[in-house]
Amino acid sequence: MSAIFFLIGCSVFIALIFLAAFFWANKTGQHDDTYTPSIRMLFDDEVEEIEDKVRNPADTEKAVK
Amino acid sequence: MQQYYRYNTYPGKKKAERSGRYEYLDEAAIADKLVDFKNEEVTVVTFYIPAIHCSSCIWLLEHLYKLNTAVVRSQSDFMKKQVNVTFKHGELSLRDLVALLENIGYAPKITLQDVIKSARKFSQRGLVAKIAVAGFCFGNSMMLSFPEYFGMAAFEAKYATFFGWMNFAFTLPVLLYSGRDYFTSAWHSLRQRQLNLDVPLALGIAVLFARTAWEVFSGSGPGFSDTLCGLVFFLLVGRWVQQRTYHHISFERDYRSYFPVAVTHIVAGVMKPIPLADIRVGDRLLVRNGEIVPADAILLKGNADIDFSFVTGESEPVRKVLGEVIYAGGRQLGEAIELEVMKTVSQSYLTRLWNNEAFKPHERKFRTFSNVVSRYFTLALLTIAVSAMSYWFFQGNSAKAWGAFTAVLIIGCPCALALSGPFTLSAALSIFDRNRFYVKNTAAIEQLAAIDCLVFDKTGTISSPNAARMHFDGELTADELAMAVSVAQNSSHPLSRALVSWGGSVTPMRVSGFREVTGKGIEAIVAGHDVRLGGGAFVGVRHADNAAQGSRVYVAIDGQVKGCLVASQPWRPQLAGVMDSLATDYELHLVSGDHDRDKEQLRAVFPRKSDLLFNRLPIEKLEYIRTLQAAGKEVCMFGDGLNDAGALKQANLGVAVSDDINNFSPGCDAVLDGRSFALLPRFFAFAKAVRKVIHMSFGISLMYNAVGLSFAVMGTMSPLFAAVLMPLSTVTIISFTTVATRLYAVKKQLINNVS
Repeated sequence: MSAIFFLIGCSVFIALIFLAAFFWANKTGQHDDTYTPSIRMLFDDEVEEIEDKVRNPADTEKAVK
Repeated sequence: MQQYYRYNTYPGKKKAERSGRYEYLDEAAIADKLVDFKNEEVTVVTFYIPAIHCSSCIWLLEHLYKLNTAVVRSQSDFMKKQVNVTFKHGELSLRDLVALLENIGYAPKITLQDVIKSARKFSQRGLVAKIAVAGFCFGNSMMLSFPEYFGMAAFEAKYATFFGWMNFAFTLPVLLYSGRDYFTSAWHSLRQRQLNLDVPLALGIAVLFARTAWEVFSGSGPGFSDTLCGLVFFLLVGRWVQQRTYHHISFERDYRSYFPVAVTHIVAGVMKPIPLADIRVGDRLLVRNGEIVPADAILLKGNADIDFSFVTGESEPVRKVLGEVIYAGGRQLGEAIELEVMKTVSQSYLTRLWNNEAFKPHERKFRTFSNVVSRYFTLALLTIAVSAMSYWFFQGNSAKAWGAFTAVLIIGCPCALALSGPFTLSAALSIFDRNRFYVKNTAAIEQLAAIDCLVFDKTGTISSPNAARMHFDGELTADELAMAVSVAQNSSHPLSRALVSWGGSVTPMRVSGFREVTGKGIEAIVAGHDVRLGGGAFVGVRHADNAAQGSRVYVAIDGQVKGCLVASQPWRPQLAGVMDSLATDYELHLVSGDHDRDKEQLRAVFPRKSDLLFNRLPIEKLEYIRTLQAAGKEVCMFGDGLNDAGALKQANLGVAVSDDINNFSPGCDAVLDGRSFALLPRFFAFAKAVRKVIHMSFGISLMYNAVGLSFAVMGTMSPLFAAVLMPLSTVTIISFTTVATRLYAVKKQLINNVS
């Protein structure tokens, strides 16, 4: 039964790690703006420059047809 | 998105550039106050940009580095409408950055308030951290307390001591870190010889801790650590909700936000921007179109048409001639003018008005319900605790005496009471918000319910500047009317357009030689006749009524004055209805700075016993409010403009009525959007309903207290009982207030659906 002391110690220790993680998140301002990041992640990545070179007038015409 | 801007290198709409408008940002003294951080290489600055409204805005603002390589990083905060920009100041000046933002359509709003940003920073981080600690301890101590509540076998007794010590360890951070604010608040309150609700709360927390410590140290029981952690946790969550509800109304504006940050100073013909505070008597200033006159000054050059709507609420520009004094707060419309400063900013008319004792930035002392109650509550609680203790001492049972004493203080801890007010009022606050009635704080809602006398200002308050009603003094033949309308059609001036719409459908005639003298009038030749429309002086009226200038257009044909079009005060559409429904419960009065040409019309709208006062100076308005208050009235003042500021502040509740929410007057307790004027009776009724909800929830919380106390005084309260009762009462109160407030809002038709 003395395993209980060990287990409780473990659980509290793990909980403390999460508390510390929360403190870190809080301190670095991750909770300050809860809306903008949700939009930011939807922005397209940088488009490769190569794409522009490939796309010439002839291609565009084909695409239209 | 990326592609859109790739194909379209030039943004669709280009803002008109105003050269030199941001020159003041080159001044190191001003720039230094705006930036957040600066080192040798980069500068970090945060702008408030009202134009942010969609995800494209975020995209554009976060890709500033593509528009200018000197921008290292830009991050936007959508909810606060802010952008945080890091840029290399070696390659890009602050002024150029602002100009860049303006060019892409996101002109930052820079006011003195940004420069004086001391009180602006608002952060809940500290509170969130405290909640996290309290929640962590609450959860863990709850877990450790369960075995005790479910009962333990004899052989498990050794764990009980261990759990007790663990629990005690968890209470320490809650007491010392999370609950610290309650102790400081209680201490401050006691120092001011007052008893606020934090006193019994702090007392309850302290006693909980003391008893837990004693039980754990002596090994006599499990203590109340989970109750303590839970109590602090719930209280902090309540406080968090309360703060969050209204921090978005950044009400910390004062008159300074009306003034531009810097002004253009002319020294020996050279223009130079200087900070507002550096203006000296005798300085020569240049004020451009749309800029605000920062200090009382004499007009030296140019045609001044000053819009004093900040000061008086009158939106018609006032014409000033050379050598005349222009008071601070007016906005120049038209060409640039040159002024000589007569008084420095701090001594100006407005600031003087401000510094009148009634305007002193003192903490408004509303007597809120919970403040009143808490005083009696604390005393009653202490009385019960002491009498229970003395009873048991008298019985010779000292252990039970201490038990009863502490139990009373613990169970009597007004947790539910402390939450009922904030929860109800912040719910009400957001409902008012939704109806475009912006109340400064929760205490003002309680004040709203206590009002029994309403005082209205006229211009901009019960009259709306948007829709004008007109009539014509004098006589015009159909031909003459056609001529006047034909000429007026050529001008974009509001009064010209008013004349056109008043004239109705007439066949337009050929107009030649059209000439518009800005701020004076228009002139043209129609069918061989010389037609002049405009102010009295322009058309040649000798005895022009100066007071009415700006609201009337004279019509003269061939030098002969035919009459004038009078734009009468346009009342808000539902004015009569509002006054009718308010008249039954409230005393209504009118105090106006204007002359009494509308007295008859208003007499019909206001109840018979109302005072209708005209030609009042700001200080007289203030005196009038004071007189009413001396007669025992709880006065609510409705007004706009800075010259009502005194009266607004003196009144028990000052409500600024504004058609442009950004122009509201400081010193008020609430801002009412002009469009919601018709809802006024409902607002008052709802405020009263809210007060009823608070009273009811207070009743419920007292019932819980009575049940708990009856066990407590017997000395038979178990920790389990406390641990169940206290969260239970809290949850009941929170759900009751939330539901009841919503129900009342639906009933008063302030929200449409129950969802």
